[in-house]
Amino acid sequence: MTATTLVKLTMAQALNQALRDAMKADETVLMFGEDVGALGGVFRITDGLTAEFGEDRCFDTPLAESGIVGMAVGLAMNGMRPVVEMQFDAFGYPAFEQVVSHVAKMRNRTRGRVTLPMVIRMPYAGGIGGVEHHCDSSESYYAHTPGLTVVAPATVADAYTLLRKAIEHPDPVIFMEPKKLYWAKEEVDLSVEQPGIGTAVVRREGRDATLIAYGPTVPIALEAAEVAAADGRQLQVVDLRSIVPFDDETVCAAVRSTGRAVVVAEASGFASVSSEIVARVTERCFHSLAAPIRRVTGFDIPYPPPKLERHQLPGVDRILDAVDDLQWEDS
Amino acid sequence: MTTVEERLLPSAEPIQLIDQHGVPHDHPQYGLPSEQTLVDGYAQLVKGRRINDQAGALVRQGRLAVYPSSHGQEACQVAATMVLRDQDWLFPTYRDTVSIISRGVDPIETLTLLRGDWHSGYDPYQRNVAPQATPLATQLIHAVGVAHAARLKGEDTVVMALCGDGATSEGDFHEALNFAAVFKAPVVFFIQNNEYAISVPLARQTVAPSLAHKGIGYGVPGERADGNDLAGLLAVLGQAVDKARAGEGPQLIEAHTYRVQAHTNADDATRYRNDAEVAPWLERDPLKRLEAFLVERGLLGESLKKQVVAAADEAAEALRVGLMEEVQPDPAELFDHLYAEKTPQLKEQAAFLQDELAREEA
Ligand SMILES: Cc1ncc(C[n+]2csc(CCOP(=O)(O)OP(=O)(O)O)c2C)c(N)n1
Repeated sequence: MTATTLVKLTMAQALNQALRDAMKADETVLMFGEDVGALGGVFRITDGLTAEFGEDRCFDTPLAESGIVGMAVGLAMNGMRPVVEMQFDAFGYPAFEQVVSHVAKMRNRTRGRVTLPMVIRMPYAGGIGGVEHHCDSSESYYAHTPGLTVVAPATVADAYTLLRKAIEHPDPVIFMEPKKLYWAKEEVDLSVEQPGIGTAVVRREGRDATLIAYGPTVPIALEAAEVAAADGRQLQVVDLRSIVPFDDETVCAAVRSTGRAVVVAEASGFASVSSEIVARVTERCFHSLAAPIRRVTGFDIPYPPPKLERHQLPGVDRILDAVDDLQWEDS
Repeated sequence: MTTVEERLLPSAEPIQLIDQHGVPHDHPQYGLPSEQTLVDGYAQLVKGRRINDQAGALVRQGRLAVYPSSHGQEACQVAATMVLRDQDWLFPTYRDTVSIISRGVDPIETLTLLRGDWHSGYDPYQRNVAPQATPLATQLIHAVGVAHAARLKGEDTVVMALCGDGATSEGDFHEALNFAAVFKAPVVFFIQNNEYAISVPLARQTVAPSLAHKGIGYGVPGERADGNDLAGLLAVLGQAVDKARAGEGPQLIEAHTYRVQAHTNADDATRYRNDAEVAPWLERDPLKRLEAFLVERGLLGESLKKQVVAAADEAAEALRVGLMEEVQPDPAELFDHLYAEKTPQLKEQAAFLQDELAREEA
């Protein structure tokens, strides 16, 4: 037996550790936003950072998201590595102008002279019984905006690695944290290097069909694969991890190996990350496909109130129904 | 001639007509509301407090998803609507349940959002109450639009727009003040400064002498009041509403109060403040002082007090019974209200869900 550094952590704790380690490693790393100081963030992701690193390194700002992101732009222009928190997905919208017109465009408009190494952390998606404006899946707005890197971890180990890499990244990263997974616990060894930004991974092998998921839907895809296996169907599960850049190579290799695919995403399906995945995989893998790629997504409606949210969330049954629809020869 | 500063800057101290011991004080500019108004107001305060505390209990019993309480801020809640006429509008936030109910909106419909049934439960046109806004300060600009439309239509309407101290840092707050001023819209912006935005104290929002001072930059007169003194609030807000109605344009009022409870049931206030800070505010309770005043004046005898308490208990009980009832909203409704006409895609998705539910049943 070799010595092991396995620790049991929640995703929230892993994110906290990533921030702590990044702030220790590089004193230009700053963390700020709403309630991230004394309170430690409404999800406690920044718990203890002000106490450990001081008010200059982790601090509350006035309550203004546009101000938070705009100030991060200036700080990044002048040698800092800001990490900011949008308290909830939908409260990132007041900062949308800064994100789209400045964060995303600065490198390009200055011909690479001004770069913005900054991270916008965003608790996102639903499944927590939150009232309106607390459960949006807004990744498609950001993924649609050229110049932004968009990342969504689904595991505790990835939460740590991807946040560390996002902070080290030379360009702005929108870091989507699936809030219903904040309390998911795993045994992890944080010293083991996970693949970086831009890399998808196969979470489960399977020869019959490929489930493509990211963020909050990865555990559900894995659950569906488990159920399918009991019925004799082997489903492969791909975790995107990084939406932009998109790992065409891993995703297409996976789909080619099975010839069938279902994309599983919580966001509304219309004009979304999930539609992009279907489009590009179809363009690249058409001749390997035995059936059109199916999608299981949220409906094209505003995120429902708590009592109705279960109808919006992709579940195991919907995934298995979609798999059943993939034109199997034997059915 | 008054100077610009005299016209636009708030008074040196928040206006207070009845102090925390229930003792009245004369003010050169603001008179004490009528005895009947204060008695009615007291009844509303007591009812508001009971509603706040009942709602808090209902969260603990799992009947509400969340409840941002206005416990301790009831004087602001009640005054905001008492100064309005039927044709006026109220623009509330998530914390303004008591204000909405005191405006006459059905309490159960008011709590639909926080119960998790739907995003807004009441008909805004029934009592001229806009849907509660959660994205901070965004509703303030809508208030300007509603007020401007009223002017264009020649209507005698004033809009009461509520927000918290934290919300004054958002860009929309400043745009709303400026738009209102430029268009001379009859809006009363009413800030309930309860000292906290979740965990963040006022000192992190602004270094201005007061939030009411923010008006001067937009040419909007600012005034401030003791937010736990119903009499002072009624006088100050009443005068602001009168001015707006008389065509003098928008008014900015700051009430100085305190959030004695946590932000919501989900918040842990011990992480960012101590009991010693809260204690003096409990002494400034809006109910206690008005009660002391009314008793001293002989306006609140035992029997009237009993009546007031009974009415409040009744309201709280109606809330409890109403919210104990298990309502399951119809999932089919998820697709019904997005467009005047359902898109073909939504029809397809609605049919998908119906089919799924039918299979679940079977
Ligand atoms: C645009 C936006 N950003 C963040 C939030 C999250 N949030 C909800 S309430 C709140 C604090 C608001 O404080 P304040 O305006 O003082 O009002 P209070 O809650 O004290 O009544 C925050 C940050 C939000 N609702 N909207």
